[in-house]
Amino acid sequence: MSAVLKVNDKDNVVTCLKTLMKGETVEAGGQSITAAQDVPIFHKIAVTEIKRGELCYKYGQIIGRAITDIQPGDYVHVHNIESTRGRGDQVHS
Amino acid sequence: MKISGYRRDNGYFGLRNHLLILPVSVCATVCAERIAALAPGSVAVHNQHGCSQIGLDLDITRRTLIGFGLNNNVGAALVIGLGCEGVQVGEVAEAIAASGKPVASLIIQENGGTLKTIARGAELAAAMMQKLSAQVRRECGLENIILGLECGGSDPTSGLASNPAIGYASTKMVDSGGSSILSETTEVIGAEHLLSERFADPEERARFLRMVSDVEKRAISMGVDLREGQPTPGNKEGGISTIEEKSLGCMYKAGHSPFQGALEYSQPLPIEKPGLYFMDSPGQDIDSITGMVASGANVIIFSTGRGTPTGSPIAPVIKITGNDATYQKMPDNIDLNAGTIFSQGQKLEVLGEELFSLIIQVANGNLTKAECLGHHEFGIYRLTGAF
Repeated sequence: MSAVLKVNDKDNVVTCLKTLMKGETVEAGGQSITAAQDVPIFHKIAVTEIKRGELCYKYGQIIGRAITDIQPGDYVHVHNIESTRGRGDQVHS
Repeated sequence: MKISGYRRDNGYFGLRNHLLILPVSVCATVCAERIAALAPGSVAVHNQHGCSQIGLDLDITRRTLIGFGLNNNVGAALVIGLGCEGVQVGEVAEAIAASGKPVASLIIQENGGTLKTIARGAELAAAMMQKLSAQVRRECGLENIILGLECGGSDPTSGLASNPAIGYASTKMVDSGGSSILSETTEVIGAEHLLSERFADPEERARFLRMVSDVEKRAISMGVDLREGQPTPGNKEGGISTIEEKSLGCMYKAGHSPFQGALEYSQPLPIEKPGLYFMDSPGQDIDSITGMVASGANVIIFSTGRGTPTGSPIAPVIKITGNDATYQKMPDNIDLNAGTIFSQGQKLEVLGEELFSLIIQVANGNLTKAECLGHHEFGIYRLTGAF
């Protein structure tokens, strides 16, 4: 079984099926991706560049928005993507 | 395919034959639990509400308690109240008795307090248990199965392995004449555009979309990021980053069947019109399962990536994980390992079939791990607080 799982062609992040160590190279949907940081098992890694403010896709659907510039191989999680929904903190009264 | 169950007066069958000791308010909960302890085989629910509630909250508590009594897995009920609470013993007992089930009731203020209520309750419970024990299982069809689909302690394996396996089993159950309920409205946020397409009835679709929009508006009205509570810290530690990602994984539990309708929390599923339904509930597991069981669900299929012990007082809860390590770590709690999809390259269809077979075995009386351990968590959804 492959080390990462890309659910949909549209996805710009994939799920690691094993813990990736920094510098480790894996095949993801026909391309080689080198982990820029350690990525725990079942966490996500970027397969394309995602600029700050751009949308992040898994299952071919929007799962959030980048809050920093993300490079291919970057670990993607709560430190660099945020939710686009239920954001009471962004409502100004 | 046939299963076996206990025939009820409504013509349908229960998969279990519980004596339910039902406190209508928090003030009667300790008495109810002590009566259940004196009547082995009976089960009490840990009700924390039922008094000084108003509006929707009062309706929800009343409907949930009555729904538990009406669930086909309950053979008889003993309803206990303090006497002065908002949800009254009489109305709950009458609504359950209308189904033809044996129902008895006790009011603490009229019975001379705690000890006399417990003593009288234990006498009543013993006699009811003895009658229930005389009933035997009879052959019946799959239309008697209502699955409640739950996921909790999710991690990314839930959306990629265990929830798709549940979806396979749910679709097969609906195709076989049974029913299934998807709940957890919070965990639809971000996936509602995909699920809403599967409602044939435009009114039901609009109701479903309004439920999702209402819960998001309620979260936003609190002025904070929903991510404070959803996804949970454990979801995030497992690798789920946002509510959208969680929702898109959760929805796989609903398989491919069309939705027949969108039910309010604990609203009875119209069993004469079987199929897949949505039920409005929070993502919090216990409140969600309690609502589905009150709606009529008699087997819960619970997907968990991180692992959880949760059961239900009256419905068997089958646990499935997509995380091989969790299955190894929590053997007391997990019934089926879908982590083999990753660790052994197992096919989803094979696991879906395995889960379907397990559901049939459990429907026929095999105990789940949660039942063996006596897990019977219970919690009623509240919109506001008590007054």
